[in-house]
Amino acid sequence: MSGEAGFLTTKLDEMLGWARKYSIFSYPFVTACCGMEYMSVSCAHYDIDRFGAGWPRFSPRQSDLLLVVGTVNHKIAPVLRKVWEQMAEPKWVISFGVCATSGGFYDNYATVQGIDRIIPVDVYIGGCPPRPEMVLEGLMLLQKKIASQKQELF
Amino acid sequence: MAVESALIKFVKEKFPNFVISTHSFRNDDTIVIRKEGLKQVMTFLKTDKNTLFNMLVDITAVDNLGSEPRFEVIYHILSLTLKLRLRIKVPVEEMEAEVDSITSIWPGANWFEREVFDMFGIIFKNHPDLKRILMYDEFEGHPLRKDFPLKKQFPRIQMREVKTKY
Ligand code: SF4
Repeated sequence: MSGEAGFLTTKLDEMLGWARKYSIFSYPFVTACCGMEYMSVSCAHYDIDRFGAGWPRFSPRQSDLLLVVGTVNHKIAPVLRKVWEQMAEPKWVISFGVCATSGGFYDNYATVQGIDRIIPVDVYIGGCPPRPEMVLEGLMLLQKKIASQKQELF
Repeated sequence: MAVESALIKFVKEKFPNFVISTHSFRNDDTIVIRKEGLKQVMTFLKTDKNTLFNMLVDITAVDNLGSEPRFEVIYHILSLTLKLRLRIKVPVEEMEAEVDSITSIWPGANWFEREVFDMFGIIFKNHPDLKRILMYDEFEGHPLRKDFPLKKQFPRIQMREVKTKY
């Protein structure tokens, strides 16, 4: 690209992927103690905004990343599925913490053994709770996935 | 067993027919009473000027599966005026798992009794609205009973198939 001409060539897929991966609007579905770590990631110290995912939207219709943060039990499972169904495509899901990922140590009568039994998940973040660095790494993994996937044009 | 506290002595003298046993350890007093006398004893403890237990702190239960009687309903009460604490236990048979509701004495008992009903299946007679409080309506059984199958779940929606590799 020269200073005079001012254009560059790329593939549409790659351009869309590049745009989408840095404009993530997240919906935090926070149910338990992992929420504290979510707050820490999203606020000034770890500042998720540096990764282009700074703006939580509290409406599923305006968001494209569902962050499932904390323990999900059978009582709230229909709500989680409804929230996910309400999100417009393209949409992604991060399972935040070991409870959301596999039920964690709550292997009992109440807890869903991993939210992938309710909705499809793109990135799993382990840890109880995960450190903010782990969350950011998970986010970067998701961004890699977004950038390299086939971009559907809706 | 430590010396009987004045409070235990007082209640014992007042209700010799209802008190089954007592226990006292470092000012931590417990009185086990017959369930027939529950309402009478509780009303007395709340209103008598020597006890004035004006606050109900908690109601819970224990499932002693295998021993008779199977359940114990446990009440923790507190006198804010006289700074007294007391634990009342009521043995409950499995076959007749019901006790009188004490919502008419302490209205705060309402949700506590619903929780005990939800988790242990103990019926509280004359409760104004005895239904589940934590579990959902589709849930069958009472999860804190010791004979509730471990890991038994009642999903409310169709669960997805998940491939597991381990
Ligand atoms: S993974 Fe740990 S910190 Fe996170 S919700 Fe579960 S118990 Fe709480």
